[in-house]
Amino acid sequence: MKKLPVLSLLLWVCAVYFVGIYLFVGGFLLVRLEVNRTSTCGDVLQPGEEPADFCRVQPRFRRAVLLIIDALKIDFAWFDPNNTSPRPYENKLPVLEETVTSRPSHSRLYPFRADPPTTTMQRIKGFTTGSLPTFVDVGNNFASSAILEDNLIHQFGQVGKRVVFMGDDTWENLFPKKFHRSLPFPSFNVKDLHTVDNGILQHLYSTMVGEDWDVLVAHFLGVDHCGHRFGPDHPAMADKLTQMDGVIRSVIDRLQNDTLLVVMGDHGMTDTGDHGGESQKETDAAIFLYSPSPLFPGPPTQSEPDVVPQTDLVPTLALLLGTGGAVGGLSQLEALWINAKQVNRFLETYSGMAKDIPAESLSQLKSEFSRLSSEYLATVREGRPPSPRLAASLQAYLTSVRATCRATWARFNPLKMAAGLAILAFACLTCFIVSELSLVLIRESGPGLKPPVRVAFIAGACVAIGQIGTQGYVEASWCLAAAALSSELVFFWRARRSRAVPEEKNGSKAPKSPSWLTPRRLLLPALLVPLLRCASLLSDSYVIAEGRAVTFLVFSLALYIPIHLNWDGLLLPPIHDPLKAAGFLPSPALSPLTVRKESGTLLACLGVLVGSLYLSLSFHACREEQGSCQPSPFLSPLSRLQDNQLKNLHYVLSVVSLGLWTYLLKRCLRHYGNLNASSGAVFTAHWILPLTSVCLALHWAVSATPEDSFRNLSELIGVGQLVLPRAAFCLLGLGMFLIWLDPLTVFIKPKDKTPARGQSQTPSRYRASTGISTQAELHHLIPQIYQRMRRSLDDDEQFMGDVDNSPAVKAYGLGTVYSAPLMLFCGMLGIGLLLLHPEGMALSFLLLLLEMGALLHIHASSTTLRSLQGTFSADFNVPWTPVVLWSLAATQFFHATGHLPTFPSIQWGAAFVGFPDGHTGTLLPASLVTLNTFASHILFSVACPLLLFWPLVREVRGSRGGRACGDEGEDAVMEMRLREHPQQFTSALLQLATRYLFILGAQVFSSVCAAAILRRHLMVWKVFAPKLMFEASGFLVSSVSLLIGVALVLRVDVAVGGWFKRLIPDASR
Amino acid sequence: MWDHEIRAMASTHAILAASVFMATVLPAAAVPGFSVYGTHLLWLYSVSGAVTAVSVAVFWLLGITPPAKKHTVGYKLSRLFRSCLYFFLSCLFFHTVVVLYGAPLIESALETFSLSVLLTSLTTLRCLCVLGPNVQAWIRVFSRHGAMSVWDTCLQITVACTLVGAWVGAFPIPLDWDRPWQAWPVSCSLGATIGFLTGLVAAPAWIHFHRKQLTYKCK
Repeated sequence: MKKLPVLSLLLWVCAVYFVGIYLFVGGFLLVRLEVNRTSTCGDVLQPGEEPADFCRVQPRFRRAVLLIIDALKIDFAWFDPNNTSPRPYENKLPVLEETVTSRPSHSRLYPFRADPPTTTMQRIKGFTTGSLPTFVDVGNNFASSAILEDNLIHQFGQVGKRVVFMGDDTWENLFPKKFHRSLPFPSFNVKDLHTVDNGILQHLYSTMVGEDWDVLVAHFLGVDHCGHRFGPDHPAMADKLTQMDGVIRSVIDRLQNDTLLVVMGDHGMTDTGDHGGESQKETDAAIFLYSPSPLFPGPPTQSEPDVVPQTDLVPTLALLLGTGGAVGGLSQLEALWINAKQVNRFLETYSGMAKDIPAESLSQLKSEFSRLSSEYLATVREGRPPSPRLAASLQAYLTSVRATCRATWARFNPLKMAAGLAILAFACLTCFIVSELSLVLIRESGPGLKPPVRVAFIAGACVAIGQIGTQGYVEASWCLAAAALSSELVFFWRARRSRAVPEEKNGSKAPKSPSWLTPRRLLLPALLVPLLRCASLLSDSYVIAEGRAVTFLVFSLALYIPIHLNWDGLLLPPIHDPLKAAGFLPSPALSPLTVRKESGTLLACLGVLVGSLYLSLSFHACREEQGSCQPSPFLSPLSRLQDNQLKNLHYVLSVVSLGLWTYLLKRCLRHYGNLNASSGAVFTAHWILPLTSVCLALHWAVSATPEDSFRNLSELIGVGQLVLPRAAFCLLGLGMFLIWLDPLTVFIKPKDKTPARGQSQTPSRYRASTGISTQAELHHLIPQIYQRMRRSLDDDEQFMGDVDNSPAVKAYGLGTVYSAPLMLFCGMLGIGLLLLHPEGMALSFLLLLLEMGALLHIHASSTTLRSLQGTFSADFNVPWTPVVLWSLAATQFFHATGHLPTFPSIQWGAAFVGFPDGHTGTLLPASLVTLNTFASHILFSVACPLLLFWPLVREVRGSRGGRACGDEGEDAVMEMRLREHPQQFTSALLQLATRYLFILGAQVFSSVCAAAILRRHLMVWKVFAPKLMFEASGFLVSSVSLLIGVALVLRVDVAVGGWFKRLIPDASR
Repeated sequence: MWDHEIRAMASTHAILAASVFMATVLPAAAVPGFSVYGTHLLWLYSVSGAVTAVSVAVFWLLGITPPAKKHTVGYKLSRLFRSCLYFFLSCLFFHTVVVLYGAPLIESALETFSLSVLLTSLTTLRCLCVLGPNVQAWIRVFSRHGAMSVWDTCLQITVACTLVGAWVGAFPIPLDWDRPWQAWPVSCSLGATIGFLTGLVAAPAWIHFHRKQLTYKCK
């Protein structure tokens, strides 16, 4: 069997896909350029005819206290005295309402609307710079980099204000060395509710009393973390908000007359306590302003805004602290005017740096500004009272600038997008061709991979040289594009040529002529279903309802299998009616009983499949677009549940399903006699698998215990949370390593006590009958072994009682030598991925295992029934239907494990499994979250080669082997038939992998198309762009896992080869 | 070759289609406020009732139903009882399948069950009429070589069309168009009815154009 061509072809195909995705995403998601210019008071703003310096005026307030309470939703801040039974998050901040009613001219409370994305770093950037963070910035949340743009903190430093900071260490990363004094606390550990807050409280009051500060920023994280951990509707939230109430009261008591207090939230939270999206629950935070000296002319009036946008904080604070109007109150017009001038200057600078703002709208904005400025200057010169109309038009100018920038910064690079699309389309086509021509490609004479790769290097180098010549620098993406495209084209050309050759040689065995795109073929359900799936990605409604739509498609395709079998008359045993039996049916190779049994298995497995499909619907999470949707109760971690009985029930259910997962795996391995040997894989199955499950169950128990009920055990609980998952990780790693190192699960049992003698007997029996060449011996030894093994299997592993006189070597588990390690590997991987999920998902994982088994059995049974038709051949090709089902099931369980293709639904908690104190780097948490998100993709891709093995594992004796009784070479059973036909094995493996990649790639392609075609759609940033990102990353993860699965199979093949080598020389000696 | 049967089939189908049409039009005149979307269940039951009555009558008159083996009253009664039982069981079966396809389990059980009644009267009833209460024969008829007469082929086509129509009818449900016909189960029952009507037209036409190739083993 050739390993290198398979792996290299798959690698090449994956690489081409990756280049396509990279190019498209590079053209689709662009990052805004940052203007690194900072304002100074001395800046001459055009037109600068009025008293020049706006900083020189006496500031309104000398000092300010900025209390930022992360995720302080506006609902938390309202106080409703009529509410007699408040929920845990309601009416917990009475101080705000009391102050607003008792001192109306000193304080105000507003909803404070954030711009999406509502993640903390983006919000800090947003309200300190007053700009709109871009979509791509979300990814930086793990490693926030310093802000280079002009910002509030920098300006405070410029005017000599001493900024003291305490709290969330994100600020320290964003504004390194900008603070006079700073007390950062680690922010990333979502489970920790108190460290940051208590740290701030230790220093806050003492700092306030001192004189060593002008601006005090304190960022509390407890409320946000409480939301992430327990959700807003939990007693812990009530405690946290009550604590915050006390903090605000104490701060108000310590305020001096020249100090301004701002209490604000950076974003809100959804009902589940998460944030990041753009629903109103996430964007509407609260802002509360207070000063001991009167701040407003009077109580709130109708003319005041209902909602304050977050971008307005910068100019407001800057003016209140740095510059200001008369004592009576800030002239709003003046502030607007300064702001408009700054915005105009920003536009000029920006348009000088980047050319992306359209010229006509720029000139329009400029003329508008000059008109406004002349009007304003005229007003000032004549000393007229400022007209509200002018203020309104200034406001309108700012809004239109904002709209223009927003439209421009969502810009695209159409050329790159087109190149990405073309490469992806060709990659799909390549996959398809490879899967159709897999047999030709594996042959010696087939088109190798060398020319395409060579051409790719040449093309890439040419483009690089050309770019250096013309532009002076190399843009890597274009070199990659050229390389990928050219290698694809060369491959097509060679594939086309090589296909022509075998057709001429023998027309009968040549691959079928490509009549793929006829309407008849497209209507075949196996192709219709993926087509529908791809089409559904183009509609936002279907993307929103993806989980259900995919389940619908899986169910349809699964129902199609028995219906199609029945249509071909294969589901039921042919009726032995003497009148018609002679005519049209081939003589039955299988007895009616066998057919009935197989059909029964098929229908039973269909029942299991349908059941798990239906049950899996109850594990779905909810998108914000789905109005009346309740997220699955299994999604919330056990620690959030308050009802103890319910908690116990959930825990027991999870542990039972975990136990079943382990038991079923071991049961299956034992059934095929794979647990007799003493290899690494068997050791893993015997010890590491159960031990890991125990670790997992204990870990769930520990993490579910409420902290306050076991105070004296808290040390132990902390240690348990740290040690148990890490132990599970280590065991899993060890187990997988052992499987890789020693994958054979074959047990050789010599008949006599001494193995040497037993083995020496074996060859003597058949060497007489055959030649002396090793190869020939191999051919005859194998059948002997299989027969022994089959017999012992039939005896239900009562092999000790076997008193036959025939040859002595017996190998147990040889029939499933390929699938057993793969199955075990998947089982271990599944437990590892389950560890990263909430406990309730164990049920869903069990369903996943059952569905996998059901799919495999359905595939095996239908293959057996099909072999009735007499179309049996030596190749092991997997038809499209099971592959399509397999890939759809991966998407289905993506949803059924509580994931959604949206950013707020990413389960960040996965990063803290085994690392309750957070991380230092970003690589580890990022990979843990990736593993969590794409768990089902990983499992299904790694297990994909099982589709090839299962029909052989479940092969019915007498269907294939029996018919070829006379032929000794055909006597091999189960997976050893693969070894008998290495050529077909390789090609079938390649075909299976490329078919799977083709279906995944087609989905990526269609979601890329959706993003490209609908890039001006209303829902593009909410639905299509996240879907594209998830689909693309899902493809990356799946293809890597698929490669791992294939590599494992090849590794087993090497080991099996070595095993036979060991057996033969021993025998011949 | 099969001209006589094809003509009989075409006229039968014309009568069936007319009955569907009348079941839509007549209640509109009789019941105030009747509309296909608004009072959907009423329309649905009127169509299934009409199709049931007309199919039973027509197939009984044509004598397609396999003759009873015994001519005792008791046997005939048991046949009738078995037919009714199968009709009801098939309703339950379709209900289960529709729920498994993703219909709400409890919320709109009545609507789901009505849809399954419609599907039964469009598909199972025809099987009952053509093949009698014999599940083995039903399963056999849906295979490549299973059709024993022109009526069996016709049965294959109409049943497949109806089911595919109902399946396609589920597609518009998730779309956010807010049309009245997207409500459950309007689109599916409309799809099934349209599929049924298509089948009524397609079956005689297909048989007519393929009458040279059609060969049946027995009868």
